[in-house]
Amino acid sequence: MKKLLTSLLFAPLLAFASGAELHLDKAPVSTDPAALQNGAKLFVNYCLNCHGASYMRYNRLQQIGLSEQMIKDNLMFTADKVGEPMRIAMQRDEAKAWFGAAPPDLTVISRSRASEFGSGADWLYTYLRSFYRDSERPTGWNNVVFENVGMPHVLYELQGEQIAKVTEKDDGHGGKAKEISLELAKPGKMSKDEYDKATADLVSYLVWMGEPMANTRKSIGTAVIAFLGVLFVLSYLLKKNYWKDIH
Amino acid sequence: MSVDQKVDAGRRQLLLVTSAAGGVAAAAAAVPFVASLTPSERAKAAGAPVEVDISKLAPGQMMTVEWRGKPVWIINRTKEMLDSLKKTEGEVSDPASDKPMQPEYAKNETRSIKPEILVAVGICTHLGCSPSDKFKTGAESGVAADWPGGFLCPCHGSTFDMAGRVYKSKPAPDNLEIPPHKYVADTKIVIGEDGKA
Amino acid sequence: MTTKAQAVIDWVDERFPLTSSIKGHLTEYYAPKNFNFWYFFGSLALLVLVIQIVTGIFLVMHYKPDASLNAAGVPVAFASVEYIMRDVPGGWLIRYMHSTGASAFFIVVYLHMFRGLLYGSYRKPRELIWIFGTLIFLALMAEAFMGYLLPWGQMSFWGAQVIVNLFSAIPVIGPDLSVVIRGDFVVSDATLNRFFSFHVIAVPLILIGLVAAHIVALHEVGSNNPDGVEIKKKKGADGHPLDGIPFHPYYTVKDIVGVVGFLIVFSFIVFFAPEGGGYFLEFNNFIPADPLKTPPHIAPVWYFTPFYSILRAVTYPLFGIDAKFWGVVAMGAAVVIIAFLPWLDRSPVKSIRYKGGLFKAILAVFIVAFFILGYLGVLPPTPGRTLVSQICSVIYFGFFLLMPWYSKMDKCKPEPDRVTG
Repeated sequence: MKKLLTSLLFAPLLAFASGAELHLDKAPVSTDPAALQNGAKLFVNYCLNCHGASYMRYNRLQQIGLSEQMIKDNLMFTADKVGEPMRIAMQRDEAKAWFGAAPPDLTVISRSRASEFGSGADWLYTYLRSFYRDSERPTGWNNVVFENVGMPHVLYELQGEQIAKVTEKDDGHGGKAKEISLELAKPGKMSKDEYDKATADLVSYLVWMGEPMANTRKSIGTAVIAFLGVLFVLSYLLKKNYWKDIH
Repeated sequence: MSVDQKVDAGRRQLLLVTSAAGGVAAAAAAVPFVASLTPSERAKAAGAPVEVDISKLAPGQMMTVEWRGKPVWIINRTKEMLDSLKKTEGEVSDPASDKPMQPEYAKNETRSIKPEILVAVGICTHLGCSPSDKFKTGAESGVAADWPGGFLCPCHGSTFDMAGRVYKSKPAPDNLEIPPHKYVADTKIVIGEDGKA
Repeated sequence: MTTKAQAVIDWVDERFPLTSSIKGHLTEYYAPKNFNFWYFFGSLALLVLVIQIVTGIFLVMHYKPDASLNAAGVPVAFASVEYIMRDVPGGWLIRYMHSTGASAFFIVVYLHMFRGLLYGSYRKPRELIWIFGTLIFLALMAEAFMGYLLPWGQMSFWGAQVIVNLFSAIPVIGPDLSVVIRGDFVVSDATLNRFFSFHVIAVPLILIGLVAAHIVALHEVGSNNPDGVEIKKKKGADGHPLDGIPFHPYYTVKDIVGVVGFLIVFSFIVFFAPEGGGYFLEFNNFIPADPLKTPPHIAPVWYFTPFYSILRAVTYPLFGIDAKFWGVVAMGAAVVIIAFLPWLDRSPVKSIRYKGGLFKAILAVFIVAFFILGYLGVLPPTPGRTLVSQICSVIYFGFFLLMPWYSKMDKCKPEPDRVTG
């Protein structure tokens, strides 16, 4: 963890070869309720204006330690019943006109972004930290892991503004590879460490929201397999007993 | 067969223990399937308590709100309507609301928390039709010349008085159901949640 | 047994073959006593079929085959799967059992088929069992393919798009045929609904019928065994095979051990790795179907990949018809050829235990080629990979088509009279 942070501090961020290769940072995903609650707050404040989470009901936030009243008072801006899902008011066709594509629903985004390069969390964690200024884009923003992305950098007031330095390097096969490195040009409200922590919390929340029953699943699974283990021993003894007279 | 005859005690015991454990496993496996038949989070969200503002409900008026997909009536009863309850006492089958068709706090003469405001599930206790309101007294409602005002179920002709009490010798067996409800403010009712006793 | 219970059984027996069926299929069905590990997979396949049917029945209660967009702009079918995963109590478990069950079905069935290959279970008099088995495999592929469309994610949509377009390669009728299959000019709501109907009604009915035929045929001729010798040839004074034991209780208690062992592995995947590393539930399938955008890399689910590789390996036009058509033919032939195994194998012995080095070597090469084909099927094609898949496809077909010769040339050991250990 420490090593990761220091390497991020000194080496000016991510390198991305222009091929299909994608270098993703390992996301420090947490299941700690405080981190998830902070992530939920960031999600509701920064994401839920344009992206819905239409399979995620507000009252499920109780699973990460929030009371119904806290949800109603602090997080529920888009619905009036705590059992309703996280919808948005924005019209899809308008959104499409503004951004070129309707912003995707984020409920299961952490599951869909997994690939051979890393987990969905790794992708999101890297993506949220890889926006840079690009005057050629209509939003003024581009992203290293998602080239020509339609989304502007909504967290820029926290992170600040990054600019990209493109260098060409030998790719080892005789050709040239484009390498983009990012530099912080204008600091935001948060320091680099604080911003990394905030995005980690947000990503942790997205992972949790992708499958809220994941923890239940694992704890039930442990019990089921332990019980089946006992049943296996019993049935094996029974089989041995029956088969003792077969030669 | 020879094998069966020399069933030893050990085998019998093993067979019992294994069958019992297998039975437990089968029962546990049935849990998610049975659970999946119960109302989902969506159904529960749709069935969540409803908050109603009754400040604009004038005396003699009725409004209908939906709770758990059922019509819930809120009626602001006039003095005359309340008086009619005295008269109908002898004609209804459960005048004192002894049957558990209402929460404890509505088991009174007017079947309500505030005397004038009646909150009732608008579904006939016979076969589930929704009765229509016949608030006008006398023949005008088309029920009977001495009709004191109330509800008539169009399906099988059950009649209810202004407190939702069913008249004697009608198909419906019980009074109209009073749902759990509470006042969160003077003119704000939450339907679907009991108030503090 | 109490006389009353016996009276009830007698009453039934006069009207229905209850006792005789139990005897014929369980208590007096004599199975060879030397079944090994490989013989678990038949009963396990039956178990997985039951799991799929039961979980399927419960999923249908909540799933909606509807490609139209809901208020949030998500296809209703996709949203209903997430509804099952989140809002239906226990729904996530039932869905994971069903999705894991699909992959488990193929794992178990591939191992079951490999068992047949090892011990010559397809040889006379079991040809019909083998043919029924091949048909079950085909029906299973159809079932899995159509079921995969239902979540209406990106892989569902584009997978169906690609496979249905294969039919358009058939000369003359092809283009019209693919439109009839889809019920539209692209994969659409009409396709989703008909696939749903086939997946939950038509194909399961066929599958159950074929499985019944498979088992009835098996119990008619009796099971093969790892030695490949007929136990019916040596009978004792009581008329029962000397090397046979009643299926019940011996193989019921043994199969229960196999079932519990399987359930441990199955539960491990369901509870700890339901995505199966992206092979059981593909990552791109968590994105709703978008008819305007193909994901950068689409691959079929793992159990189809060997056959998909064979499809892609065919790159030469022939007789003036495109390679696309011959790819489809090769893929179809790769499945159908399995049914001809009983007549391709001319070896004097059934079991691998008594076959010579030649057969063993060729079988090993075949298995390796099959795995390579499977692996290449998940990767995007490159010229090098295509060449490898072409070599492996030739090996695949060579294994079957050259069998009449090499199985005769092979130096086999003599079969024993009775089963060994």
